[in-house]
Amino acid sequence: MSALLAELAVPFTYDYMWKAMWVSALVGAVCAFLSCYLMLKGWSLMGDALGHSIVPGVAGAYIIGAPFAAGAFFAGILAALGMAFVKQHSRLREDATIGLVFTTLFALGLLMASLHPTSVSIQTIVLGNILAIADEDALQVVIIAAASFVVLAFIWKDLMVTFFDETYARGIGLKTRTLKLVFFTLLSACTVAALQTVGACLVIALVVTPGATAYLLTDRFNRLLVIAVAIGTVTSFVGAYLSFFLNGATGGIIVTLQTLIFLAAFYLAPKHGVLAARRKARVARDRALAESKSASVAEAA
Amino acid sequence: MMNRLDTVKRGEAVARPASIAVNDLTVTYPNGFTAVRDASFELGPGSICALVGVNGSGKSTVFKAIMGFVTPTAGQVRLCGLPVEKAISQNIVAYVPQSEDVDWNFPVLVEDVVMMGRYGHMNFLRIPSKKDRLKVDEALERVNMSAYRKRQIGELSGGQKKRVFLARALAQEGRIILLDEPFTGIDVTTETAIINLLRDLREAGHLMLVSTHNLGSVPDFCDQVVLLNRTVLAAGPTASTFTQENLERTFGGVLRNFELGGHALHEDDDARRINVITDDERPLVFYGVKSRKKKNAKKQDAKKKTAKNQDADQ
Repeated sequence: MSALLAELAVPFTYDYMWKAMWVSALVGAVCAFLSCYLMLKGWSLMGDALGHSIVPGVAGAYIIGAPFAAGAFFAGILAALGMAFVKQHSRLREDATIGLVFTTLFALGLLMASLHPTSVSIQTIVLGNILAIADEDALQVVIIAAASFVVLAFIWKDLMVTFFDETYARGIGLKTRTLKLVFFTLLSACTVAALQTVGACLVIALVVTPGATAYLLTDRFNRLLVIAVAIGTVTSFVGAYLSFFLNGATGGIIVTLQTLIFLAAFYLAPKHGVLAARRKARVARDRALAESKSASVAEAA
Repeated sequence: MMNRLDTVKRGEAVARPASIAVNDLTVTYPNGFTAVRDASFELGPGSICALVGVNGSGKSTVFKAIMGFVTPTAGQVRLCGLPVEKAISQNIVAYVPQSEDVDWNFPVLVEDVVMMGRYGHMNFLRIPSKKDRLKVDEALERVNMSAYRKRQIGELSGGQKKRVFLARALAQEGRIILLDEPFTGIDVTTETAIINLLRDLREAGHLMLVSTHNLGSVPDFCDQVVLLNRTVLAAGPTASTFTQENLERTFGGVLRNFELGGHALHEDDDARRINVITDDERPLVFYGVKSRKKKNAKKQDAKKKTAKNQDADQ
């Protein structure tokens, strides 16, 4: 028994594991915060596009030895400009434009990485590698995530009003355009941070799944935030911990854990779950049956 | 210090009587379209004013200019004697939007939505005070929605949603209330309830500007009207301004205007006529149907005439 406990406590004896678990938890928390807004607005795929678009920037930064966040930022701006340019000069729909631009940039990133295999690892960028994160990279991630969290703590209610009813928000004097700009800046920043923990391909899960799960469990926005952030934090922390034993990619484990919780909520949620809906339908049917029965009894009498 | 200054400023705003002054307002959009040209009208406290015009007549542009959503190309709008931006920041104006612009699946409860009306009164962290909660309770009570306060907003009927938005405007305590098409998609009971509430607010000195398609109810509860067609065609008291002639000018060919009279209507030689004027909805008009209370009062032939038939005749 004590041998098993000792075995389970092994990850806590390594500094790199502590670092991985806390950094993952922080990133998971702030991405979950953002996911509440993103999934309500139907902008979920924007997170995917951002995650892929910044890959060439990160690769480029590693090649020339610059901070990865700076490279990601540069690539993000390039992606936004590219989308605006294609949209303005063609009659393509928005989804096609986004798909075109982000895959192009992603391909460029893969190409750059494969040309410089010594300075950039494709696997690190695409799948993340939080267990082996360098100290200066970890510092960048922590600064980004913590700053985003502080900003969100101040503006979450204003963002809620803006996303619920933009006209009214403007009517009470909120600067809705600035708020949305801040939101997208935070989203981009956190995508960059999440690249380190789960990798470019799974960034989308971190900025969608926790919010989507919480949405099934509550009708109040403040509770939605609390539930989503709790899910994001715990799954990311535990995911990093488990990856020590499973020798698997941390990102894959975190996202699998989030999906398991989502599935549980999907079936078991007290009001919006599948089973609840079936129960409600059954009650309604029984009541209708009972009514028609009592009506026919009354008729007979 | 900052705080005291703030309350003094707010107190001053509440003391000012409600007013809207639109002077030579011209709004040209970036695409070159001039939605409103040289529009002018003035409204004072204790009034309900209807803003009437066809779709595209500039009703929503006038609303946007009053809310500060568009900047006038020329002319100006002043609310309670203040520039729009200042009036908005002092919570003088409350806005009741059309329901279509709102995300009904959003996870907010009725009371959360009404609390949004108090945000302008809170500090930047938006933490509600006891007074804020009290105002929310009062507002919900006034629109008779207290029983629904824990419902998710999408679970309500159309009329209930409208009442919640009205409660939010009440909680905001604006002296000026703008209502954008408040009567579309709601039942008659709710319409009556809303009109009664607006009348109470008028008694309390509020100024309400209501854009509406419901021409029939305008003389019923509006004491002022502004008739709009890319500019102000007429503005003033309902009794003298809401005339057949002015309405014909406002609606041009768009208006359905039909007359029923003479032998098309009855068999005697009564020269009086029935005039039906309507904007976009087809009214159903029954004439000569026996009164339900006194069945034998009129032995004349009952003649039914629907507006639709008449419309086809024209």
